Amino acid sequence: MDSCDTPESTPRQRASSRLKDYFIGATPLQKRLESVRRQTSFVPTPPRRKIPQCSQLQEDVDPQKVAFLLHKQWTLYSLTPLYKFSYTNLKEYSKLLGAFIAAEKQKGLAVEVGEDFNIKVIFSALLGMKGTQRDPEAFLVQILSKSQLPSENREGKVLWTGWFCCIFGDSLLETVSEDFTCLPLFLANGAETNTAMIGTWFQKTFDCYFSPLAINAYNLSWMAAMWTACKMDHYMATTEFLWSVPCSPQRLDISYAIHPEDAKALWDSVHKTPGEVTQEEVDLFMDCLYSHFHRHFKIHLSATRLVRVSTSVASAHTDGKIKILCHKYLIGVLAYLTELAIFQIE
Amino acid sequence: MSSQKRVKNSQSQGKPSQSSNSYQTNLSAWKVKEDLSDSKSISKHGQNNPVEDYEHADDKAEDALQIAVRYFEKGPTKTSRSKDKTLEKHLKTVENVAWKNGLAPEGIDVLLNVALSGKFGSAVSTQILKCMIPATLISEDSVVKAVSWLCVGRCSGNTKVLFYRWLVAMFDFIDHKEQINLLYGFFFASLQDDALGMQPHLQALLSLYKFFAPALISVSLPVRRKIYFKNSENLWKTALLAVRQRNQRPSPEPLKLMLGPANARPVKRKWNSHSVIPVLNSSSCSKECGKKGMSLSDYLSSNGSFPLEQLKSFPQLLQNIHCLELPSQMGAVLNNSLLLHYINCVKDESVLLRLYHWLSQTLQEECIWYKVDNYEHGKEFTNFLDTIIRAECFLQEGFYSCEAFMYKSLPLWDGLCCRSQFLQLVSWIPFSSFSEVKPLLFDHLAQLFFTSTIYFKCSVLQSLKELLQNWLLCLSVDIHVKPVMNSPLETTLGGSMNSVSELIRYVGWLSTTAMRLESNSTFLLHFILDFYEKVCDVYISYNLPLVVLFPPGIFYSALLSLDSSILNQLCYIMHRYRTNLTAAKKNELVQKTKSEFNFSNKTYQEFNHYLTAMVGCLWTSKPFQKGLYIDPEVLEKAGVAQYKSSLNLVYHPALLSYAASFLLQEWPEERTVNLSSIRGKKWNWYLDYLFSEGFQGLKLFIRSSIHRSSVP
Repeated sequence: MDSCDTPESTPRQRASSRLKDYFIGATPLQKRLESVRRQTSFVPTPPRRKIPQCSQLQEDVDPQKVAFLLHKQWTLYSLTPLYKFSYTNLKEYSKLLGAFIAAEKQKGLAVEVGEDFNIKVIFSALLGMKGTQRDPEAFLVQILSKSQLPSENREGKVLWTGWFCCIFGDSLLETVSEDFTCLPLFLANGAETNTAMIGTWFQKTFDCYFSPLAINAYNLSWMAAMWTACKMDHYMATTEFLWSVPCSPQRLDISYAIHPEDAKALWDSVHKTPGEVTQEEVDLFMDCLYSHFHRHFKIHLSATRLVRVSTSVASAHTDGKIKILCHKYLIGVLAYLTELAIFQIE
Repeated sequence: MSSQKRVKNSQSQGKPSQSSNSYQTNLSAWKVKEDLSDSKSISKHGQNNPVEDYEHADDKAEDALQIAVRYFEKGPTKTSRSKDKTLEKHLKTVENVAWKNGLAPEGIDVLLNVALSGKFGSAVSTQILKCMIPATLISEDSVVKAVSWLCVGRCSGNTKVLFYRWLVAMFDFIDHKEQINLLYGFFFASLQDDALGMQPHLQALLSLYKFFAPALISVSLPVRRKIYFKNSENLWKTALLAVRQRNQRPSPEPLKLMLGPANARPVKRKWNSHSVIPVLNSSSCSKECGKKGMSLSDYLSSNGSFPLEQLKSFPQLLQNIHCLELPSQMGAVLNNSLLLHYINCVKDESVLLRLYHWLSQTLQEECIWYKVDNYEHGKEFTNFLDTIIRAECFLQEGFYSCEAFMYKSLPLWDGLCCRSQFLQLVSWIPFSSFSEVKPLLFDHLAQLFFTSTIYFKCSVLQSLKELLQNWLLCLSVDIHVKPVMNSPLETTLGGSMNSVSELIRYVGWLSTTAMRLESNSTFLLHFILDFYEKVCDVYISYNLPLVVLFPPGIFYSALLSLDSSILNQLCYIMHRYRTNLTAAKKNELVQKTKSEFNFSNKTYQEFNHYLTAMVGCLWTSKPFQKGLYIDPEVLEKAGVAQYKSSLNLVYHPALLSYAASFLLQEWPEERTVNLSSIRGKKWNWYLDYLFSEGFQGLKLFIRSSIHRSSVP
């Protein structure tokens, strides 16, 4: 774990008894449990968060790569720490994963690593994609198809993309030892069968565990508030909410679109704490939307389920799908998603 | 929430093909018909049979009901002058049948529709709703349809209120609830209506929901400190009792909890593996990575490692333990006892962390009460838990992941699902500070404990006993590995003892309350005393400086129990307490140094108090001399003026029958059984008789605590 250069590594209590460990809380495992206890005792999630700011670190990120990540729909997963993952081996991993995929596709036929397949796997680091210096480097995995024709353009189209990141993951970082790389947020774009295959390889290779990351209505309204709060030079999309009435006789979706400037004006009217969003503000913001809707349509939206939020910053669906639109707040959006992912693996 | 079992049980839905008669009302009638159709020889209308005649009368009422229901279904006919009369007649029919036998799901379905569509007017709707009494169950669909009528606004406020009251009253009879659970948002919004929202108990209910699921409730509620529930008068009380009695049958499958949107996403299929637990493979990466450009030294060193696939025996493990290749997925060790041995002694934290992460996530993903749609995975999850428990027993140690899993899942557990497995997990909670774990685990467990059956209570006590035992074992091993020398560990030991005694006191509190709730059940008391059999022996059996006595509520319940084995068990426990306390005292005197583990005088006093009470009751016939005064007049009035001997070994209600059989056996020629003759020598013979009858606890107690020279 070269990237996670903690100043002092966790002291190992090799010969000590467990009892003593318990009271000193020394081992990573103990820290883990402590952290879970904290989490469980103080649900729900913290009542205040920072409004996403344009971060300094993000400036280093290759703009081409960022552009590649924007405007795509990503399916979210939480991921437990990777064991013995090394950034120096990315090339090696590309070959191994390529061979694994080829073998899976051929169902049981032997495949040699390094052989030429009609797919190509590329691992590449997403330098600078982090919240703090302690966060490990994000990385990207792409599966490309290689055309069979020996033409010049051998690089075919992208079949599948996935990336791993950790933005402000301190709470997780301090509970693992140096053999692990914490990249709790995984985002995938492409056929689910490919995600499954690649996920399997990661699970087998780095003893990690992928779980789908759903976003509940509570967190969606937080996103709605935080993203509305972001200062924008120009708005690219309308602010839109989607509520769902989940039951028979007829499933009903209610879409509620607002001009982004109106949404911002509403936010500004409920917002008090500079630079921060509080639970009360989120509640108030949503309540205003509800009562406005009720005045016109006599429908209590609060009685239905919020399933999607779209703003100019990003859009998120309760299924755990996200699309990020605004380059400026990329890190801010990912920070919140990382928080949710860490909460899920705690 | 597909309770398949329930559907099978439900007579009314069991065989749709048979329901040529679509408005079955009477469960018993239905049963008879099923029997008839099974035994083909008997004709449907066996008029000669008086029993059949009775059934026939019911059939008639049924026909009338069918006509009535059809009438309501069609809607009011405008032309008819005798409309009111007909309406009244049909209403009467429905009412009669409903209050007598209840209505079949199909009938309720139609009539509920009629009532909420309001097509006969508000008054009729009210009358219909009042007699919506199920014969067995109410189909969920009917309720959903009814709710959809509420949205149209065709019925009056009063009808709405009545419908909600009906829904609350009948909730338990609805066959499925998953659709209804999805409608909660609608209910909450609707309760904001003035007509309903102002009722304080409903408000209180809403504020409770708001507390536990803030995302669900947007209604602003007055902040009130006190939450209370009025037992709102119930229109259908008697009818409900009748339905309950009719429905007496094995309890339905547990309700599954909705966890909101997490369920919206289909469960991820297990990627590329057929079982929950990964297959054992040597670390694939390190091996394959080395394939290319491997240096000679790499080659040599990797040659030295022992591949897992070859590990077959314990001696092999011992020989290669220094160079064993670990599995690529640590979860695989759960299925391999040799590797569990390895895990047990390995000090490498990353091995344990890998297992921790994998197990935590797998438990979370597989846990069936997090999901709505699958009892089909129930078996798989149960098996998985069994595997974990086997591993824990093997290691004699709990996994932290299981503890973390319980923090999250216990508040959502219904107490039924995988009960045996879940309670076993409780008994393997790793040792830790009780006060820290209490709000996360034990408080939730207590809620279930108090609201569940006596059997559940006994199972919980049993697993808490095992938990205590596991903690004690772990502590006694730890202490004896490390001599109590350096001061930090000494305070640690003090802390641990504190934690254990808190656990014991907590169980004492649970037990006392449970005894009250279960009206001093002997069965329960056995489990409680089993727990104290562990507690009384901590000092000697585990060599740990701790003696905690039982609370008075347990001691006196056991002393005054009608059950002889309880009394015997109590004697045994008192004997062990005595032995432990004496040993502790002796050690104190030997060491002479003031250690923090000297027991306070209070413990000794408490014990002596119990001992005096016991000896006073059972032996000297001077019960409760201290601290208890009963007016002799009261005793005289109660006819027990001679109460003093009534709790001794002869007259004690648990032993009276033994005294009588003793006399009958030894002096069969005596014509009357004279219990008061048991004294002096006879008393000693009687004791020997009791010992021969298996009262070993009593024997030990008398030997250790009573000077037999003082025979009464």
